[in-house]
Amino acid sequence: MTLTVSDLAIARGGVPVLEGVGFELQPGKALIVRGPNGVGKTTLLRTLAGLQPPLWGTITGGDETIAYAGHSDGIKPTLSVSENLKFWASVFGAKGIDAALQAFALTDLVERHAGNLSAGQKRRLGLSRLLVTERPIWVLDEPTVSLDVSAVQMFADTVRSHLSTGGSALIATHIDLGLDGDVLDVGPYKAKPKSLDDFDEGFL
Amino acid sequence: MIALLLRDLKLALRAGGGFGLGLAFFLIVTVMVPFSVGPESTLLSTIAPGVLWLGALLACLLSLDRLLALDWEDGSLDLLATAPLPLEAVVTIKALAHWITTGLPLVLAAPILGVLLNLSPSGYAALVTSLLLGTPALSVIGTFGAALTVGLKRGGLLLSLLVLPLYVPTLIFGSEAARRGALGMDISTPLLMLAGITAACVALLPFASAAVLRVNLR
Repeated sequence: MTLTVSDLAIARGGVPVLEGVGFELQPGKALIVRGPNGVGKTTLLRTLAGLQPPLWGTITGGDETIAYAGHSDGIKPTLSVSENLKFWASVFGAKGIDAALQAFALTDLVERHAGNLSAGQKRRLGLSRLLVTERPIWVLDEPTVSLDVSAVQMFADTVRSHLSTGGSALIATHIDLGLDGDVLDVGPYKAKPKSLDDFDEGFL
Repeated sequence: MIALLLRDLKLALRAGGGFGLGLAFFLIVTVMVPFSVGPESTLLSTIAPGVLWLGALLACLLSLDRLLALDWEDGSLDLLATAPLPLEAVVTIKALAHWITTGLPLVLAAPILGVLLNLSPSGYAALVTSLLLGTPALSVIGTFGAALTVGLKRGGLLLSLLVLPLYVPTLIFGSEAARRGALGMDISTPLLMLAGITAACVALLPFASAAVLRVNLR
């Protein structure tokens, strides 16, 4: 499944942040999204995931194929690790959660209530949800926050094996994951600020 | 969809889930009424249907602000919106879970609390039937209100102001059916109106709730 984006313009809070964004994400490829804070990386990823409409431009191939993971993990603190994961597995119609638990070394924690996990363990649980979605395109927003070195390695290996099975990933991150993929710097697509010449137009 | 329903029921029953909050409120209101209006049994039996209906309605309102807010705060709502489930189904299931954890216990508790208010014996069937038909509408309308206010901090006040006027038709016909039942009159007209309101709410409001939720998720 190829994700194609052309001439995309997006806004946050009514202010255009990026315009003219275009790229193509082939199966088996990773695309790292980079750019300074506040440039609109999160807004871009949320738009691709279908959580908000673009101002204009087209996104093709993103319908029911994208698994999105944002800043928060969507974990219920009063449910156990396996209950949390099983819920998402049945929502997405996946068969089992064992592979996902193993990929992120959560097997020893299955009975633990998610509220008692550390920040890094919660993040690992949040990322393991991607494996039970069984969707080809992963759209990840700062996935390595609060992960330690070995967990980052675990995550990079999971992404690599996802890519090798024909999946693709779009990752906004500031660290080097050692993945084979292109880098999309969204800085140059920053929307031009509106011309200030006619700032008093409304009063005249 | 069943998984979502089971998860919501499980969450409601676990620590901090808020199950029993509405029920406790309903109990307190009904127990307090005789203290405030006096122990005169004829007066109590006159006002019993109305008090029980109003108590049930306010108890329903009490747990609405956490209906979607918790899922919003921990990011599950974003993930549910990108899941294969349509958002219309998500809000319908949420309303159903709210009804099972709040509305249904109120329906079951109402006859017991009717004894405390000296409800006349002929009124019990009408009270339970009217609550059974009316409380689903309260949950569905409440879900719509919760979807409208989901992104707001301390949205509870706004939620009450938005939802209470929408509850008025249900309250009028529900308590009218219960009152007529207590007096031994025919209750079919208010019950039919009540059933009609509930049917319309259940059929139409999930689409409105899902639409406002999509706007609020942006």
